[in-house]
Amino acid sequence: MTHIRPRWRLGAAVLALGLAAAACGGGTTPSPSETGPADDAEGPLVVYSGRGEDLVGEAFEMFTAETGIEVEVRYGGTAELAATLLEEGDRSPADIYWAQDAGALGAMQDAGMFATLPADVLDRVDQKFRSADGSWVGVTGRVRTLVYNTDELGEDEVPASVFDLTDPEWQGRVGWAPTNGSFQSFVTAMREIHGEDTTREWLEGMLANDVKEFESNTPIVDAVGRGEISVGLVNHYYLYRFLAEDDTFPAANKFLSADVGGLVNVAGIGILQSSTRPAAAQAFAEWVLGSQAQGYFSSVREELEYPLATDVTAAEELPALDTLNPPDIDLSSLDDLEGTLQLLREVGALE
Amino acid sequence: MTAGPAARSAVPTGRRPSGGSRQASLAVSVPALLVGAASLLPVVYLVARAWGGDLIGIATNGRTLALLGRTTLLAAAVTAACLLLGVTFAFLTTRTDLPGRRIWAILLALPLVVPTFVGAYTLIAAVAPGGLFATWFSARGVTLPSPYGFGGAFFTLTMYSYPYVLLTVQAALRGSDPALEEASRTLGVGTWATLRRVTLPQIRPAAAAGSLLVVLYVLSDFGAVSLLRYSTFTRAIYLQYRAAFDRTPAAILGLMLVALTIVVLVVETRVGRDRGGQFRGRGAAPGRRHTTVALGRWRLPAFLACGAVALAGLAVPMTVIGTWLLRGIEAGEDFSFVFRAARHSLWASLLGAVAAVAAAMPVALWATRHPGRWSRATERAAFTGYALPGIVVALSLVFFGIRFGGPLYQTTVMLIFAYVVLFLPQAIGAIRASLLQVPANVEEAARTLGSRPLTAVLRVVVPLARRGAVAGGALVFLTTMKELPATLLLAPIGFDTLATRVWSSTNEAFFARAAAPALALILLGSVPLAVVSFRSGPASRTLRSQDRDGVG
Repeated sequence: MTHIRPRWRLGAAVLALGLAAAACGGGTTPSPSETGPADDAEGPLVVYSGRGEDLVGEAFEMFTAETGIEVEVRYGGTAELAATLLEEGDRSPADIYWAQDAGALGAMQDAGMFATLPADVLDRVDQKFRSADGSWVGVTGRVRTLVYNTDELGEDEVPASVFDLTDPEWQGRVGWAPTNGSFQSFVTAMREIHGEDTTREWLEGMLANDVKEFESNTPIVDAVGRGEISVGLVNHYYLYRFLAEDDTFPAANKFLSADVGGLVNVAGIGILQSSTRPAAAQAFAEWVLGSQAQGYFSSVREELEYPLATDVTAAEELPALDTLNPPDIDLSSLDDLEGTLQLLREVGALE
Repeated sequence: MTAGPAARSAVPTGRRPSGGSRQASLAVSVPALLVGAASLLPVVYLVARAWGGDLIGIATNGRTLALLGRTTLLAAAVTAACLLLGVTFAFLTTRTDLPGRRIWAILLALPLVVPTFVGAYTLIAAVAPGGLFATWFSARGVTLPSPYGFGGAFFTLTMYSYPYVLLTVQAALRGSDPALEEASRTLGVGTWATLRRVTLPQIRPAAAAGSLLVVLYVLSDFGAVSLLRYSTFTRAIYLQYRAAFDRTPAAILGLMLVALTIVVLVVETRVGRDRGGQFRGRGAAPGRRHTTVALGRWRLPAFLACGAVALAGLAVPMTVIGTWLLRGIEAGEDFSFVFRAARHSLWASLLGAVAAVAAAMPVALWATRHPGRWSRATERAAFTGYALPGIVVALSLVFFGIRFGGPLYQTTVMLIFAYVVLFLPQAIGAIRASLLQVPANVEEAARTLGSRPLTAVLRVVVPLARRGAVAGGALVFLTTMKELPATLLLAPIGFDTLATRVWSSTNEAFFARAAAPALALILLGSVPLAVVSFRSGPASRTLRSQDRDGVG
């Protein structure tokens, strides 16, 4: 009986020592004030990306091949990563945050999490697609469109404005995703441009017209293809994903001109105030708005996003951004999602 | 003759099995308290974040109450269905002469491996208008029911959670003492009556433990209910995080979920406790096997029932995933990333399972051998992490990890810690059920022979709870393989798992790319299930051979 006790005690002692060492030991991440711009900390560039690995993974590889800077990427949901960054505060190991929509960027901007970007990076992009105070910049554009089933409808049969979707002929044939960030940004834009009352009327009209609710953009496009619904309110580039896997997929995008339903939102980046590798981060910001990266984003068959650098043209399949006449709005203001959420709940679009 | 321990335990009484010592050894209670404290980290985080928020306002407004109603309805319905399925199939696969019952035991538990968001996605792809099955059926004039809303959520959650009850009850049935049933039959009670009056009450603690896991899982689930458009508490919490970037209202909703969990735990205590200890087993004596119930004319219906459920739970996702996979192969997709992701998944799940069982052991020991206010409170604390949505646990560990974790932040250690906080109750439940079946007199015999209380526990009781430890470990292994939100936020960068690959691909509509990791997930998950299932085999074979040789 006695032989087990010393062994157990020894094991417990070793464990305790190990835990103590782990808890107290280790270095601290140097605070930004200790290192100047020319004096980056060791280690790879750390990016928190709300954009999926299937979409941007290759871009990071291209960046490393081009500049020799190693990158480590944490992929996740845009909002979850924003919440994580806010929790981490100035101890965050991240250098760059790449968000899927401007609302998230605006929220981080409000919380003072971003460092100011260099002027030459900001100037590569139209004023509409970056923050007013230089804290974030749009990298690619995503346009709100109406995706429709091509077996059922011709392009001219699809309404030219989202306001027409409350007509009786569209009853039960339209789908939206009220829990999705891009949709909520669109409703925020509608509130900004047309006012609270018009927006409320439209929402109630859509609900009265038996609009179908989906979790996000992808299920909407999927449902349109299957014929479950005829029209869906989505971002333009999801369709091309489906077409890449199956080019007989019976759906197409209708781009709305001069209508809030054609809102152009951005996926963009900001350099974190807490970054310990500002030089590398700036190099990335310059690269991602350069012709190599922008050309990549617009040419990959499954992506077909809008490059926002002013000197790069979009893919041929897409209508040019300046012909679209999108609504004029300060994208940073799209972070007032609380007001939009409240409205959506009041009308019953969201529980 | 023996007047001591043997005689005392021959008469079942309400006496606690600890055999006299009211104080648990510090070596059991201190680790248990530490584990309990660690499990409370998410609650501390929620309180810290909810501070200053409109607690009363949010908690009492109509919308929140409607959410509460919907959530409890779903949880109650799913639990009832899981109990029915779980207990029936556990019985069919362990105590009857069902043909192929060893295979059925694995097949029927296999749905546990499918993440619910994959189950929901594939259900929609199959059954929604224009889906795979729907087009086939509608060509023959049959409209399938809609997968959305309560019906779809109920179906999906039941299909992928009933194995919790199945596994825990199977373990209890295999480990229980056949003597009681034999005695009942000797006294002239028929087979089915014996089943109802003797066997079922024996498995009540295990069934309660399994259903507790189901209820709390339904409370925490997000993937299925959001895709199937049934709004529950967890969905509201996620919405707050996703849209408002304001963590206070989300924290308040999180605290309400914690309160709900405590209510559920209190209810479970009343229902699941083995009061009076009258069915505390003496363990299966060597040479004693359970009587197999002959099904007779019920054989075919039972066989068909097993087939139908296995089909519904597995065939739908497998068909859809298979279709995606074929599309992917045709398109020349590169699947090499699956091997790395699979390695990570296996490694993390194995570590998580071992850590969870190690952490659960002191808690379960303390709670079963020395039930008291503190041990019960510790056990309950361990359950709070399980009912909370993964995002809450993940953010709470980000909060603490970045402040106190030092270099451990975003390492595998932190990730395993998160898994333990999330899934500890699965291990506790299984070990507890096993411990309840350990007879008191064995420990007392050890003490009589001179060993100290702690040594008696470690060398005698813990090995006898091995079956529960393995079952609990297997459960945690499976659930960890499917875990998503904590892995995304806390794993070391670049540590992709099969679950995160499936999520990132389906999220961006790269279905063909999602198929291979999804398939790998299901195949790899069947391994621990097979292990658990076959463990009971050799034991009964040994007993049979002893019987033949006349030993024991």
